[in-house]
Amino acid sequence: MSGATLQRRPLVKQILVGADDNLLVIAGLGSSNWDVTEAGDRTLNMPLWGGMGAPVGMGLGLALAQPAKRVLVITGDGDMLMSLGSLATVAAQQPDNLAIMVLDNEKFGETGNQATHTSPRNNGPTDSGAGTDLALIAKGCGIADAATVREASDVPQLLRHLRTKPGPVFRVVKVMVEKLEFVMPPQDGAHLKDRFRQALLGHP
Amino acid sequence: MNAATSAEPSVDWRDDIFDVLQAHDIRQVCHVPDAGHARLIEHCQRSNAMRTIALTTEEEGIAIAAGAWLGGQRAVLLMQSSGVGNTINLLGLAKTLRFPFLTLITMRGDWGEFNSWQYPMGQGTPKVLEAMGVLLYSVDNAAEVRATVDAATRAAFNGGQAVAVLLRQKLIGIKDFGNKKA
Repeated sequence: MSGATLQRRPLVKQILVGADDNLLVIAGLGSSNWDVTEAGDRTLNMPLWGGMGAPVGMGLGLALAQPAKRVLVITGDGDMLMSLGSLATVAAQQPDNLAIMVLDNEKFGETGNQATHTSPRNNGPTDSGAGTDLALIAKGCGIADAATVREASDVPQLLRHLRTKPGPVFRVVKVMVEKLEFVMPPQDGAHLKDRFRQALLGHP
Repeated sequence: MNAATSAEPSVDWRDDIFDVLQAHDIRQVCHVPDAGHARLIEHCQRSNAMRTIALTTEEEGIAIAAGAWLGGQRAVLLMQSSGVGNTINLLGLAKTLRFPFLTLITMRGDWGEFNSWQYPMGQGTPKVLEAMGVLLYSVDNAAEVRATVDAATRAAFNGGQAVAVLLRQKLIGIKDFGNKKA
């Protein structure tokens, strides 16, 4: 066990509190999607139902297209592990309006809570990862402002950093393994895209 | 702006592609290093209107293009046929989100290729793209590059399609290592 004490749902709700038209959110497939949707089904959210490995790239393309807006990518450790190279791609562009939050429960939650590589090594025969440190990887890729958050007392600062600090900002947040209700946004991808563009650009 | 008819034939077909991308307001140019696209990439790097984005793997380019479109900008993905295999699952985003997607692919394993390792993905490239619902344009004649890329760009951004232009190896030229014999 990671010994994590933070709960992802109230955390995400807190991070997105008071979100206005200046905040554009990409949510990775699975739990991150449901977390973001429970906080509020906003038109300026792009919650993914597939496309594992896409959120960081999507956030980058969006951040470069909309330099005056804040772009926040919220995704899980499994999704992040699938697209580690995208952190180097972000680092090469240095978008100052992009923040990435990885909700790291050290499990592949959608497929039965198998250990991800961020789980500790030798955590048991069916629960062993590699102790992979995503913040260290991000730093190694060239994202200087990368850190891991574990304590509730650090959440107010986390909120400020994700919402306003010049980026790219990368935060791993260690969260508990929980069984939570599915809170689903619309599933039609074209609809999600069109309503996002309508809200942002005034046309689909 | 009519990139297909406005200019004299350029000296190099890669310059024609740059003109077309510029005329259609392509703002984000995603690419991996590629000898076939090198001259085009250098043009884009020098352009004030375009942002070039070097990828670690081609699938990032699909995600970036989707994000760019969400934000109101047009993107293009430049890759080699070997990279197409890396993009398959994320190509599904083009169908699911129905966003305009344009990719220009330099072919290997296609025309007199010397490297046997390039054939499987080179020969599989059109089939894989078709299977994922991507429209295919193909060009092997330098004189037709401008009109072909222009038509593909219109199909993507006016017609809302996912479109690939296959720049055939006959057009690019056969890469070899001289006459060395094993």
